[in-house]
Amino acid sequence: MSTTTLPPAPKTEPVSKPKAFVSDRAKAERKLGWMLAGPALAVMLLVTAYPIAQAFYDSLFDYRLTDPENRSFTGLSNYLVILTDSLWWTAILVTAFITVVTVAVELVLGFALAMVMNKALKAIRPFLRAVILIPYAVITVVSAFAWQFAFDINTGFVNSWFAWIPGVGADTDWFGDTGTSLFVICLAEIWKTTPFISLLLLAGLAQVPEVLQEAAQVDGATWWQRMRRVTLPNMKAAIMVALLFRTLDAFRVFDSIFVMTAGANNTESVSFLAYRQTISRLEIGLGSAVSVLLFIVVVLIAFIFIKGFKVDLAQARGDG
Amino acid sequence: MPESADQTRGRRTAVPRGRARRALGAGAAAVVLASGLAACGSGDSGVPELVWYTNPDSGGQAELAARCTEAAGGRYTITTSVLPREASAQREQLVRRLAANDASIDIMSLDPPFIPEFAQAGFLAPVPEDVAERVTEDVVESAIEGSTWDDELVAVPWWANTQVLWYRTSVAEAAGLDMTQPVTWDQLITAAQDQDVLLGVQGIRAEALTVWFNALIESAGGSIIAENSTDPEQIQLGLTSEEGIRAAEVMRDISTSGQVGPALSTANEDSTATGFESDQGGFMVNYPFVYPRGLAAVEAGTLDQSVVDDYAAAVYPQVDEGVEAAPPYGGINLGVGAYSEHTDLAYEATECITTTENQAYYFVSNGNPASDTAVYDDPEVLEEFPQAPVILQSLQQAAPRPQTPYYSEVSGGLQREYHPTAAIDPEQTPQDATELIEAVLRKEQLL
Repeated sequence: MSTTTLPPAPKTEPVSKPKAFVSDRAKAERKLGWMLAGPALAVMLLVTAYPIAQAFYDSLFDYRLTDPENRSFTGLSNYLVILTDSLWWTAILVTAFITVVTVAVELVLGFALAMVMNKALKAIRPFLRAVILIPYAVITVVSAFAWQFAFDINTGFVNSWFAWIPGVGADTDWFGDTGTSLFVICLAEIWKTTPFISLLLLAGLAQVPEVLQEAAQVDGATWWQRMRRVTLPNMKAAIMVALLFRTLDAFRVFDSIFVMTAGANNTESVSFLAYRQTISRLEIGLGSAVSVLLFIVVVLIAFIFIKGFKVDLAQARGDG
Repeated sequence: MPESADQTRGRRTAVPRGRARRALGAGAAAVVLASGLAACGSGDSGVPELVWYTNPDSGGQAELAARCTEAAGGRYTITTSVLPREASAQREQLVRRLAANDASIDIMSLDPPFIPEFAQAGFLAPVPEDVAERVTEDVVESAIEGSTWDDELVAVPWWANTQVLWYRTSVAEAAGLDMTQPVTWDQLITAAQDQDVLLGVQGIRAEALTVWFNALIESAGGSIIAENSTDPEQIQLGLTSEEGIRAAEVMRDISTSGQVGPALSTANEDSTATGFESDQGGFMVNYPFVYPRGLAAVEAGTLDQSVVDDYAAAVYPQVDEGVEAAPPYGGINLGVGAYSEHTDLAYEATECITTTENQAYYFVSNGNPASDTAVYDDPEVLEEFPQAPVILQSLQQAAPRPQTPYYSEVSGGLQREYHPTAAIDPEQTPQDATELIEAVLRKEQLL
């Protein structure tokens, strides 16, 4: 089966796309574009750029909220404290673990759900989509509590329902160990955000031209071959966008950990570490530094995805 | 909107009718101004409105607010605003708002360990001398201590909580324990093992763990903070002292006794109470709320009356035989916000909330013990709460948790090293915890 190499997707070129010469119309369009996007950009700068700049500024100080008079400039020493602390690296590992596991499982599950939605009978398609989307509509804290109650040794039903699985019994304390705690945290995250990824993938699936599928079928390609050679290559951009969005999201995991373990048994994520320094300890300087480092890691992930895997963000808007 | 109608009424009485009609524009401006001023801390009728930030309870604080509003005879009204469930979350919310000079905080229900931090930061309005004198009369020493920072009363002692040793009379009898005399942790471990019943303790990585450890080290004769200071770098910890090591030993021995239930590392006050209500229930250290909780379960039909009839309470277990135990002290004291516009009225309101009568009501209705010793002579209290004399004795023996503006760091560091309690190494853990907490106080380590 080497015949199903894909023809380049026919692109409808914009009406005017000269490289050197800019027509009046293009100028006017550009101006209109700025006028339309300008207010949003200004709001974005106000609500994201300003707090980030403020956090960076605060991170250079030794600053305790209850003791503002003794605030003093300490340069980068907060960063040094964090980067030489094993707790930071444990948190990075835990966060990376949760990110990799949840995103991988969500991708597979989300793809399967997207296929089901794509192939489902027209009559039940809207219903199916609504059902699949329900977990995503649930607030994370609420979902975290639901999962915690389900697995709780006193109030939960999991221990009695799944007692037939070796290792699970009435005495299984899911939140008493690092491994089992992380298992439940990942499960809650996967349950909640798989619909998001499947929705993005459904958009990608819808873009795979039916003619290619038919051509491959006529050529005698099996289902698996069509999937590998036709569907997946045509969806690559959608998959990468879905992965990028979910990875960035997963790396900032907080709610489930806060509700289920409060960071006990080495289940602290980087966001949780930032919370504990800033909100519990009231060390605004140190906490801001953790937040800035978290921001840098997230930017790094986005950079690797966009440059390394050549993700086309326009795909997310469905106009790629 | 009823509000604006009231404002208009207010203006009419303030400004002569004819003039107001002539100067419509100025009148309108006055209305705007008046409504703006009215929004700052006064109710519709011009009566100052005091906002009381309460911890969640069974509705007792809302009832007390209503009672004191009535008693004030129109001089002020109290409205309540409920804070998060966890004491640490209550502190987080209050501190953030007070750091922003929030004038809407008039009265606060404060967990005692956080009072020094609030006082040191200047978040509490000074207690007037005459008020201080009145609100400390006949009050148990631990509650006064818990409201004091730097040798000064900074909050109004209100209700004082303490943990007692709850036991099933039948189990204690079968184990041959004489509960009229103080018992030790060792005796309890042996008895629980003999009878194969639960010995309930709180091993969750939360404030409850610090409460337990503090009671152990204080009972052994030591203290988490050996030498206190307002300078975080000068604070000397007592964890590695002989008493500190002894406390760690006892904590580990209890945790590894096999009688603490399958989920010790996540056990809090509620889950241990659930265990105590079960067929396996035997002994448990916990707050007095356990008793009304049991009665409520009987009423709801989820617990048999005979189980609650079997409940009894004794003073907290001893670490070393013959050495009086130092039970945990908790509860709620009332702080008045430094940025409040009505601090005088707020202090007046705290005096109303903490009257002997109101403390007795709160004890009986919500299960929260009074700090006023006179309450324990009230026949109604004794009838509703048969364990009241034990609670009073426990409060008189109780020791507060370390009093320091850096309590969160001390308690958080302790929890990180002593959790899970079954893995405590009495030789190593106190040393590790000391190093961690000292580094955190020097801001050289994360928490």
